[in-house]
This record gives sequence, structure tokens and C-alpha cells, in this order.
Amino acid sequence: MTHIEKTIAALKEKFGGNIVDVTEFRGETTIVVDKVAILEVVRFLKEAPDLRYTFLANLTAFDDWPEEPRFNVVYQLREMTLPANIRLKCRVAGDDPQIASVVEVFRNANWHEREVYDMFGVTFTGHPDHRRILMPADWQGHPLRKDYPLGYEEVEFTFNFKEIEKKKPYAKE
Amino acid sequence: MSAQAETELLDTTLDELKHLFSPRAHSGETVVLNMGPQHPSTHGVLRLIVELDGEIIINAVPDIGFLHTGVEKNMEAKTFLKALVMTDRLDYLNNMGNNLTYCLAIEKLMDVKVPPRAQILRVILAELQRIGSHLVWLGTHSTDIASQSILFYCFREREKIMDIFEMISGQRMMTSYIRPGGVWRDVPADFIPAVRDFLAYLPPHLDDYEALLTNNPIWIDRTKGIGVINAEDALAWALTGPSLRGSGVNFDIRKVMPYCGYEEYDFEVPLGQNGDVYDRYYIRMLEFRQSMRIVEQALAKLEKAKGPVITNDRKVAPPPRSEIGVSMEALIHHFKLWTEGFNAPKGEVYVATESPRGELGVFLAGNGGPKPHRVHFRTPSFVNLQPLNEMSKNHYVADAVGIIGSIDIVLGDVDR
Amino acid sequence: MGLEQKLGDMGIVTTTLETAVNWGRTNAMWPMLFGLACCAMEMVSTVAGPQNDLSRFGMELMRASPRQSDLMIVAGRVTRKMAPVLRRLYDQMPDPKWVIAMGDCASCGGIFNNYAIVQGVDEVVPVDVYVAGCPPRPEALMHGIITLHEKVYKMKLKDWA
Repeated sequence: MTHIEKTIAALKEKFGGNIVDVTEFRGETTIVVDKVAILEVVRFLKEAPDLRYTFLANLTAFDDWPEEPRFNVVYQLREMTLPANIRLKCRVAGDDPQIASVVEVFRNANWHEREVYDMFGVTFTGHPDHRRILMPADWQGHPLRKDYPLGYEEVEFTFNFKEIEKKKPYAKE
Repeated sequence: MSAQAETELLDTTLDELKHLFSPRAHSGETVVLNMGPQHPSTHGVLRLIVELDGEIIINAVPDIGFLHTGVEKNMEAKTFLKALVMTDRLDYLNNMGNNLTYCLAIEKLMDVKVPPRAQILRVILAELQRIGSHLVWLGTHSTDIASQSILFYCFREREKIMDIFEMISGQRMMTSYIRPGGVWRDVPADFIPAVRDFLAYLPPHLDDYEALLTNNPIWIDRTKGIGVINAEDALAWALTGPSLRGSGVNFDIRKVMPYCGYEEYDFEVPLGQNGDVYDRYYIRMLEFRQSMRIVEQALAKLEKAKGPVITNDRKVAPPPRSEIGVSMEALIHHFKLWTEGFNAPKGEVYVATESPRGELGVFLAGNGGPKPHRVHFRTPSFVNLQPLNEMSKNHYVADAVGIIGSIDIVLGDVDR
Repeated sequence: MGLEQKLGDMGIVTTTLETAVNWGRTNAMWPMLFGLACCAMEMVSTVAGPQNDLSRFGMELMRASPRQSDLMIVAGRVTRKMAPVLRRLYDQMPDPKWVIAMGDCASCGGIFNNYAIVQGVDEVVPVDVYVAGCPPRPEALMHGIITLHEKVYKMKLKDWA
């Protein structure tokens, strides 16, 4: 039995209904976990002596708007000796997006979760330093949501050159 | 300013940062200083808010985001091939590596095979890029520790690498040469002699720089025992690359999760013992030699491997221009690829490669359309910068600059 | 003419005040260290690279402090978070000061047409010379600097102060 199959069996045995789905795509396994159990699942995967997923390689999110639940928070865990990679996915609803923070299990999740908050607006309960990281502190909105505009400036061609030049805020001395 | 007034200023202006500083800052006993975004030694626009007791650092809080370019959102608005151009500009010292990781993710998502000649070219270019990046690291790191002549020498060697890149793609830095399915076009006949010349040219110069630094008592004084992080902490903070190997953990993605045929090359992974600035420096000096060794072996393989440099799958890679005049399918494929782009299936992949700074990972999600649904770059500098506070506690301010240099951050990587 | 013939070998040169001051300004224009992103690598190649040596113009000394520099080469993309910092540094530079917008991102926003990047640094500071390229070659940056020198040569007395 490969390490991944052992992991899936152990998770299903311990968490039962909280493991919503297990898929395999291009050789990678994704486990969809109910968001209420994520902290326990992550702690179990790290501390169980025969599983040992001690490395959090990546923590990110993506937005499926207008499908609900819109946010998918993705955790990429790695077992260092084999190595074995596994992905956990939690779906978070759009109204009141909240999920437990895994900072107490993986220290490096700190900045990753701040970035997910900054870009998507998902709040992480229990995070010690919950504030924006990449955007200015007083920025309104969460840029990577699908309903947030790209914010681009219209391209100047000869037909709209004069209107754009009038509106463009050039600096004075 | 009196201690009372200083405390009031701290309380009002740094409201949201209060929890990051020790109580001594609030009583005015220690000074909170801003090493602002424009600073000669922070390798870019990094802001550090340091709490100082005299010259000793009590807390160093990084404030990032001054170079946040919104690349991930911008790439969602472009097709896969057009978004490739933006990946060059993320970690601007590892252009080929960023291209490579993104293309590996696309190839995994689309299930596309890359021909062997293209794999060998990718390895050569990734290793040459690693040498180029380490040259800039060496120049800037030694400048921070007050040995500025090496900066000039290193940029001289780097010119030769940029000449090679210009020969194959026309651009010195942002080449976008590595495309999904292979590389853009075959290399000219001068490529192999030029790389061989470079491999003969560099080792004596590297020996000179090592002679200047490695056993230099000033260098040793300023780097040994500084910024120590042990193996357990390094793994807990998810450090990767030379910062992790400096603490003795043997984890190099090229060895444990090989890509692009790295399992066929014979090279060593240098390891450190103490996890201080000196070990991280010495590992990178050894990595120069190992990269050159890989390029030697790859050149020998390149001479024997003939064949296409991009995949034959016309749904992903454009057909050669000569075919367009004779084949209707080639014309249709060309048209579809340049107007609409190829459609990716619905699913997610994560691919990791070893950049000169550590693990560069791309998380790519497709949604059935021609544009990526989500691209996330797990950049090594973003993750490696987190333990800066732990590494620089109880060091002098001058040492903090050396520690930042030894982690080798690139702000385009941190902020994306 | 007659004056120079009579006094030429006594070590006296005649010229206009404008020419003399402009010559002095161009020959030792100190740039401020303002490399932000990828263009900074090509700027360092221009200053430190042996083929494109900027110290023949007296400019290899890149001052970190804005109070001691005349020229700000904005090399790289300016984000909305960085724009107030940029303006503050520009205001701290003493007159006469010049700005070169190096690269596409500083000139017009470059390939990043989105919420986070200022579309052209001339929305924040007045620019004298724009250098195109992504990143511009060292030779292109030198051409931009020489163009700036030519612009400074042509400055008249009424433009000062």
C-alpha cells in the first residue's frame, strides 16, 4: 500500500464523514475536507507517527464565483522522506467566509494566511497577526476575488487619445 | 523628544503593530526605527521596522508589499501563452526558472510530453540561470558586508551569461524562451562553443573570489555564528533551498522530486552544519561548481540528442512556419492558438522546482477555458523571509543586513 | 577674439555663465539609488558592468540619501503602496533635480495594466527622460542619460530656480 493510500485509509477511519471527497488527477491526490475539521485533520497528518506530513509547502485559495461555496482554501502537505505530496481542499461559503487557522500546527502558515485574507477576504480564526500583508493597510476590497475588477487603464489609441489625456493625473512640480 | 512624547507617538501611529513589539518599546526604553523601503542594503523595496536597544535588535518586523504587482490576477485575464511573459518578471533573477516551472505546470495539466532535446536545453538554461543568480547574490551580499569589489567582478561574469541568452532568444534577461511543450526554437550553432568557453572561463575567477572571502578573517568574523537557525526550526518555518541546506537538511528538489530529466545527471548537494550566514555562503559557492558540472554533462548529451525542440501536439505548440504554407491543419492550429489559445481541463496541479532561492512552486487551476482559473506562485523568498525576526534577534543592525543577504531574497519574488 | 589672443596663454578661458554652470551640472550628476525591480539589475549592470561603465560620466557614485543626489532614475515598477514614498523622496531632493523613468513600467505601466501598478511614474513625479525597454539594455540607459545631459546643456538662465 503506498503512503498516500495509507493516509486516505487512516483519514477515513478517523474522520469519517468530514472527509467529503478524494480525487486523483494527473498523479496528485486531492482530499476535500469539511472546513470544521481542518485543524484536527492537519494536526493528525502532522503528528501521526506513520504519516508524518511535517512540511506545509503551500497554503493558498481560489475563488469559484458565482458557484457556491465560492472559496476553496488549498493546503499542500509534504512528507519529507519519501517524499509524498498531498493536497487538502476546504470549501468556504461566500457570506461570512471563516476558517480555522493552522498556525499552531505549522508556523509558516502565518504569512500564507495573511495573504489569503488580503487577497480573498477569508478570515482565519485564531491567527495571531490578522492584517493585510501585500496591499496597503487602508485598501478597500480583496483583489483576487472574481468580482473585483482588474482595474486596468484604457489603452490609448488615436480615437480616444484626447479624452484619456485630459483625465490622466499628471504630476505637477 | 522626551520619552513620554515618544511613547505617545508610538501608541498612536503604530496601533496595529503594537502586538509585535516588546513592552520595552512602549515604555520608551528601546527605539523603534524604520529601515524604509528605499535603503541601500535591503536588496529592493523591503521595509523593516526594527526595535533597537542601542544597536542590538530586539524585534525586526518586515513590512512587504511595496512591489506587489498583481501578477496572479493579471494572468487570469490572459491566455496561458500570453501569461507566460509575465512569469519572467516575478523573480527577476531567475527568469528561465520561472518560465520553466510555469511551463511544467501547464504540461502537467494538459498532459503533454516534452521531447528530450528540449529537456536538455531546459536543464542547461536553468543551471546557467542559477549561476547568474548566484553571481548577483555574491556581488550584493559581499557589498553589504563591505567588500564591494566583488560586485564589479560578478557583474562582469554575468555579462557572458547574458550574451548567451541574447544569442538564443534575442533578449538579455526576460527571454520567455521556455514555452509550454518545449522551448521556443532551436539553438544556433554558436551556442555549444559559447557555453563551453564560459565553463572554461569561470572556475579560475571563482577561485579568486573564494580566495578573497572564504578564509578571510574579517569575512569569518562577520558571518560565522550570525543568523543561526537549526534544522528543526528551519523545517518548521518551511525554509527551502540553500537556507535549509545550510542547517544540514538534505532536501534538494532536483534530487528527491526530479523534473526535466535531472535524475540522469550526476551532481552533489552541498550541505552545511551550523545554519549560519557563513554556511549558507559556502553552500552557494559549492553550488556554482555543481551547476557547472551539470552543464558539462548536459552539453555532452545535447550533441547526441537530435530532434524537435517542442512537442508535436499541435493543440498546444504552434506548428513551424514552413508547414503553414502547405498544410491546412497547420494553418487552422496556428490560427486557433494565436487567437483563442488552448483549453485546459478542469483540475488543479502543483509543480515544484528548485530555484536558486529554494522551492518555487506553481499551483495552477484550469476551468475548461483558455485562460488560467487561478495561478499561485509559492515563491521561496516569501516563505524564507518569515523567520527573519527569529534569526536576527540579539544581533547588531549591521548583521541584520548580512542575514537578509544570506537568505537571498528578491523582492519581486516576495511580493509578486 | 582679441582678448583670447592676448590673454590665452595666461590660462584664462571665456565662456557664458550658463555654459559653465550646465557643464558643471552634467559632469557630476549623482544618481540616487532607486532600483525597484528588474530594471535595477540592468541599472547596476550599467553602473558596475565593465563594458558600460558609468563612472566615465562621473556617475558611479549612487547616493542612497536623496539629500545628496541630483538625479533619480526610477528603475522598475511603482506600486500604489510605493507611490507616496517615491513622492516623498522626490520632495527631499534639493534643486536642481531631474528624473529619468527607466523601463516600460516606469514610463507607462508596462505590461502590468492592473489595480496595483501606477500607470507611468509621471503621475507621481515630473519626468525629464523616458527610456523604453523591458528592461532597457545598458546602452539604452546610457543613451537616456546622455539625452538628459544634452537637455541640461540647453537650459537657460531663466529656467533656473
